[in-house]
Formats: sequence, C-alpha cells, structure tokens
Amino acid sequence: MMTKLETSLLDILREDCRTPLEKMAVMTGSSVEEVAAAVEELEKRKIILRYTPMINWDRTDRERVEAMIEVRVTPQRDMGFDAIARRIYRFDEVKSVYLMSGSYDLLVLVEARTLKELAAFVSAKLSPLETVTGTATSFVLKRYKEEGVIFENDDTDRRLVISP
Amino acid sequence: MNYDLYLNQRIASVPPSGIRRFFDLAASRKDAISLGVGEPDFRTPYLIRDAAINSLIDGETQYTANRGLLELRQEIALYLSDRYHLSYDPSEEILVTIGASEAIDLSLRALVNDGDEVLIPDPSYVSYAPGVVFAGGVPVPVKTVQKDDFRLKPDLLEKSVTEKTRLLILPYPNNPTGAIMEKADLEAVAEVVRRHDLLVISDEIYSELVYDAHTHISFASIRGMAERTITINGFSKAFAMTGWRVGYACGPKEIIAVMNKIHQYAIMCAPRQGQVAAAAALRLGRENGYESVLSMRESYDRRRRLMVTAFRDMGLDCFEPYGAFYVFPSIRCTGMSSEEFCSRLLQEKNVAAVPGNAFGPSGEGHIRCCYATAVDKINIALERMADFLADHS
Repeated sequence: MMTKLETSLLDILREDCRTPLEKMAVMTGSSVEEVAAAVEELEKRKIILRYTPMINWDRTDRERVEAMIEVRVTPQRDMGFDAIARRIYRFDEVKSVYLMSGSYDLLVLVEARTLKELAAFVSAKLSPLETVTGTATSFVLKRYKEEGVIFENDDTDRRLVISP
Repeated sequence: MNYDLYLNQRIASVPPSGIRRFFDLAASRKDAISLGVGEPDFRTPYLIRDAAINSLIDGETQYTANRGLLELRQEIALYLSDRYHLSYDPSEEILVTIGASEAIDLSLRALVNDGDEVLIPDPSYVSYAPGVVFAGGVPVPVKTVQKDDFRLKPDLLEKSVTEKTRLLILPYPNNPTGAIMEKADLEAVAEVVRRHDLLVISDEIYSELVYDAHTHISFASIRGMAERTITINGFSKAFAMTGWRVGYACGPKEIIAVMNKIHQYAIMCAPRQGQVAAAAALRLGRENGYESVLSMRESYDRRRRLMVTAFRDMGLDCFEPYGAFYVFPSIRCTGMSSEEFCSRLLQEKNVAAVPGNAFGPSGEGHIRCCYATAVDKINIALERMADFLADHS
C-alpha cells in the first residue's frame, strides 16, 4: 500500500525530478525528514528506479532510428516466455520488452543509430534466436506523445494575463 | 455626438473595473509571469471535451429547454445532494445559466427593487456591487479583515443591516481572499439572516476547491436556510471549464421562475455543447468518484502550501487561505499601497499580481496572487518577489 505522502511525492517527482526535498516538504505539509525517508523507501521498494530527463531526440542532431518489433516465439517448458524475453532484453539495442496478449507474443522496442544497424540487429541477432518463429518490424516515423508528455508545442497558456 | 444624452445613467455611473486598467498594463509586457489570472491552469479533462465533440458530430446544434437540458439538471440535482446535502427538484428549482455570472445577475434582477440595500462582504469578486447597481439596488460593503481570516462576522453584518436591507451575497470560498466559512460561521450568519428576514445569494463557485481537511458547507444546508437561499455554482473552477460558460442557480421555485423569465427573454438558453460537456463532467464524476476534480485539487493544494510558505519566509503577513486558488498576503510592511506595489512589481520584476483594492476598499494593503500556475513559474515569480521586497526594505 502506498501512503498519501508517497503518492504526492510521485506526482511531484514525475513533473520535476529535481524538486528539492525542502520544496516537497512544504508542498506536502510534511517535514524534510519525513519526505527524505519516504523517497528512500520508494527507491528501496524499486518504485522509483531512476531520475532521468525526458529528451526530445528529434531536436538534437543525434542520428537515431527506433522500431517496434512484434516477435512470435515458441514458449519453453517451465520457463514460459521469460527465458526468451531475457535473451532479447540483454541486447543493448533493446530499450523495452513487453509480453503481449493478441496475435504476437513479445513487443520489442529497439533503438539504433542507422537503419542499416537496425536491420542488422533484426536479421543477425533477433531472428536467428532458436525460439523466435517470426518478426514484423515497424519503424517510428514521428513521436507525438510519450509518458504523458506531448511533444508538439501544446503548453501555450491561453489564459488572459489578468482576470477577475 | 454627445452620447451621454443617450446612455443609461445608472450604468454609466458605475466606474470600469479596476482590474481592467491593470490588465492593459500587464498585457503590454511580454515575458511577465502572471499570478493575476482567475482561472485554472488545467484544460478541461479530455473525456469531457470528447462528449461535446461527439455531440457536434451527432448534429446536436439546436436550442435546449430554457432551463437547460433536463439530463444536466438531473445530474446537478444528484451532484448537489451527493456532495452538499442539498435537495432541489430538477424540473422547477434548477436553472442552467451562462456561467455563474449570469446566475448572479439574474438573481439580483429578480430580487432587487429600486433602493433595496444588498450586503456584500468586502473584499469580494468584482461583479457583485455593479450587478446590484444595474438592478437598481444599493450595494453595502460589509468589512472582513485578516484578523478574522476574512470570514464574515455576524456582529459586523448586523451593524450593516437597515430597514432597507433585503439581500446578502455570500461568496465563499472567497475570491480574492481564499477565505472559507465553517459551519459555525454560517450558523451565526443564518441567525442574522433569520432575525432580519433577509434572502441570501450564496455564490459557491469554488466549492470543490477547499483544502487541508476542511470541507465546503453549503449555506442552504443550514437549518431553515434552503427557503431563503439561491445557491449558485458552475463548472468553471472545479472542472476547469471557464471558457464553456456553464453555471446554474438553484432555489425556491417561485424565485427560479422569475429568474427564468429574464433568462428566456434575454438569453434563451446556455450554449448546448457547454451543457452537454457539463452533464458529462457530472456523470463521469459520479462514476469515478470525481477523480479529475480530486487530482486537480491535490495539485492546487501543493502549490498553495508552496506560495503561503514562501510569502511568510519573505516576511509578509499572510493568513492561511483554505479555499479557491488565491493567496492574499498583506504588503503593508512595505509602506506601499496595493496599486503601487503591483505596478512596481510588474515594472521592476515582471511579475503580475492583482491589487487587493480592486476587490473593494477592505482589500487595500493586500495583493491577490493566484497559484493556479505551473510550479516552475511560481518558483521564479516567488524568487523575483523576494528580490523586490529586499530592494524595497
């Protein structure tokens, strides 16, 4: 069970993970010690995994291709899909792996510098895995929204500067 | 042409809003951070917007009943009963209006006769006093002070009553002070109302924005007050729906019928899509425990604490506001008037706040700061204000 303080802290940190402990204490009406302890607890319970910026890579000059790969696999006795998922997520190119319901088994999010690299990853590393029976690769063309953040300029304040 | 000969003298006699002048000043500065807004910084939750979009796709573009869509009035009745223990009949006791603003105007026009005196806690929202004058009445400010947390006190109220007093406007949670009235405060006011046979317009537009274990009590839920009260509320603040312009008035059917008479001749009905969206807001809220209202309130509360603490750290005398989304610190220690403080703060530090005297003479010596603004902007504004105070200490 999460406490009300923990829920509030997650709300605050999700908006800005650099919010100082003192500010969070004021905002939640708690002491700095209570907030520090609660944050530590969230980290210890692996609820907070890390504090990371959200980057819009499209605005950088870094070359980068992303793809979502639908993977069909043969589940293994006693291991189900876990063993093959582990084989796949260990590759550095793989950013996320999800077990899915529906017409395929694993959804693999892959990132590489060029199309060529990405193609090489699929043909040389992913497809040859013995339990992989098929893949379908879709490239990401444009990112509109991620983790609740809209990437287009949507934050214009349309309110009147002063209103009664 | 001399238009003075043509213009209605009663209306021409009301000075333009003090806020308007300040708006022009602030609007001319491009990168100012504004703590001067009076509306949520959230957008209407998407499911609510979606309901209005679908109604347009389905071609729902006609007038509604004068009193508003029946579905919406039914939802309002359920909502008021569920949240504030009020009981109103959707067919005769509820009128959907163009924002709470129209509901205020209608109730004044329905209840004020020439020369009637209307009591208004001071400071308060800027529209009440002009509305009373437009209706032919005489606004009588009742002072509220920081020492009392800006609550309306029965002794001061009593002193303002004359034989011409007919009506009291009760605007809590209060704009601009953020003050609330607890049950005991309302009961004391009810005593005065009963003794002098007054009616009450209770503007509860900020009813959902009450913080820190306090709850909103509706004046009409106080024993004997339902028959004396017009309850006014709306969707702008709780559901972040300011631009939709949907509010409502509830009260005794005899009064609502007269208000509806003005409404049907002057307005016809509130815009349909706004009503559809409002009905969706209440229906969804009923189904999910008012999830979006609660999460917005949590977010306001965090920013409220941030702002109050920062003002106190700066050495400003600041009572703790438990309602609405305004902080109303005293700036008397600077020796400046409210107007001077706000003008110089804007010119020197590019932060806009609203002078307290824009809300009535008792607001002098205070400024209204709205915390419905992104935390990073609030933080910058607070730093600039601390600098400003240091420069002028």
